[in-house]
Amino acid sequence: MAKLFAVTIVVIAILSAIPIVRNTWHPMEDISTHGQAIDDQLSETMWEAGISFLASQIILAWFIWKFSVSKRTGSKAGTGESRSFPGGATGIVIASVVLVGAEVLALGAFGIKAWANIYFTPPAADAMPVQVQSGQFAFYFRYPGPDGKFGPLHPDLINEANQNIFGLDPDHDPESKDDLVTAEMAIPVNREIRLLMHSKDVSHSFYVPALRIHQDFVPGLDLQLHFTATKVGRYEIVCSQLCGLGHYNMRAYLSVLSQEDFDSWLKKQATLQ
Amino acid sequence: MKKQLLFKAILALSAALILSAAWMVSQRSVKAAPPSESSITGTVKLEGTPPHQRPIDMSKEPSCAAVHKANPVTTENVVVGTDGGLKNVVVYLSEGWSGPETAVSSGPNWDQHGCQYIPHVMGLDVNQHFKVTNSDPTSHNIHPMPKPGGPNHEWNKSQPSGAPPIDTSWPAEEVAIHVKCNIHPWMSGYMVVVKGPYGVSDDSGSFKVEGVPPGNYTLTAWQETYGAQTQKVTVAAGKPATANFTFKAK
Repeated sequence: MAKLFAVTIVVIAILSAIPIVRNTWHPMEDISTHGQAIDDQLSETMWEAGISFLASQIILAWFIWKFSVSKRTGSKAGTGESRSFPGGATGIVIASVVLVGAEVLALGAFGIKAWANIYFTPPAADAMPVQVQSGQFAFYFRYPGPDGKFGPLHPDLINEANQNIFGLDPDHDPESKDDLVTAEMAIPVNREIRLLMHSKDVSHSFYVPALRIHQDFVPGLDLQLHFTATKVGRYEIVCSQLCGLGHYNMRAYLSVLSQEDFDSWLKKQATLQ
Repeated sequence: MKKQLLFKAILALSAALILSAAWMVSQRSVKAAPPSESSITGTVKLEGTPPHQRPIDMSKEPSCAAVHKANPVTTENVVVGTDGGLKNVVVYLSEGWSGPETAVSSGPNWDQHGCQYIPHVMGLDVNQHFKVTNSDPTSHNIHPMPKPGGPNHEWNKSQPSGAPPIDTSWPAEEVAIHVKCNIHPWMSGYMVVVKGPYGVSDDSGSFKVEGVPPGNYTLTAWQETYGAQTQKVTVAAGKPATANFTFKAK
């Protein structure tokens, strides 16, 4: 029975490794400049964790195979005697803690280039600013218009029935006059974007799998992200933080356009305000 | 002596019975056939330039965006039709009505179609039943928000595509109850709950308040952006009265 158990463990471990080794479920195509580093980091983690997983399962199976007692041969069955690891367990526990700790530290050190270098470095000075506001249960975007400045926000003026999503007061704030508010995000390809994020109500998340971007909105905090999209297309922006009954339907679309198409899109949006 | 007294008492009692029976019959006949009910008709207009109505981008809900592909929709805070006629104005008798609270029998329908409320503004009587339906292939939640602490209570119900209609009513007068859908933040509508007859203005701003008995009334017209206006109206038997309202664009 124990030998069958050992074989089963090995079979399950190998079967679960096959789709990962064969890359059956691969992430969607990356369209960002920073995404490659994140993908490399993820596959590095996957390889390290995968090898450790396989090794530990095979060692476990080997121990069961080798040290199990059989009822039929009756060597020690029913005597209640247990076997201990030769030489005691202290040494091997210390060794495994050091090994796992070193692995975690190594992943963190390599991960700096993928994550911290993107999150903790400022965007280029000429990055294009776009503001995103999350609210139950939609994303809305604001572009500063020709003056390059965002008008101030007045939360008391927010009125969705009026489509005053951000609470702008263009009658009194000259900077708000040319601000464009849209329900879809459009950006020019190969241009760095500085995304200014805030939430209107509760926690939400700005998740664009194709851009390898996943950042929470925290109520009360103004957060920033920067990224560059490298491929024209239409991609999905989804909320991945459970935010209420309409969470499942909270999404928007990201259109990555050529500079020319983006300019005409901006012009069209200006006529719709 | 005693017999005479008894006879008088019986006579008085029978007279009282006959009189009360006659009074009840006469009351019933009044209810069954009110003498020459009339109506109030008129037009609501907007003076000045109506405020700009922003287009609504429904790209978040592709099934609704597809409905409006040919005719993009805008907000409906001020809807002006032909000749300055103001749509979605509820006209009702705010004073002078002494009939039953629920004067309109047929229950209206509040539909959700293309991620919009149809109608955008709905008149209702107190305790008048209405149905909420969803003709979209997506889920909505219906969230009417009466004044907090009042006799009408806020509710919030989800209605998936294909779900049966919600049948409900409001127990008290309220002008007006804002209704929204949290899943589609642009959806906005109003329910106006009044006592007695009412009318809602159409594309040309015309309205008709039917079933008004002769008498003196205060007529109120309510619009979601501009608020309420009132005027005195006298309704004569069998002759429709006319009342026109003009709102000024801010």
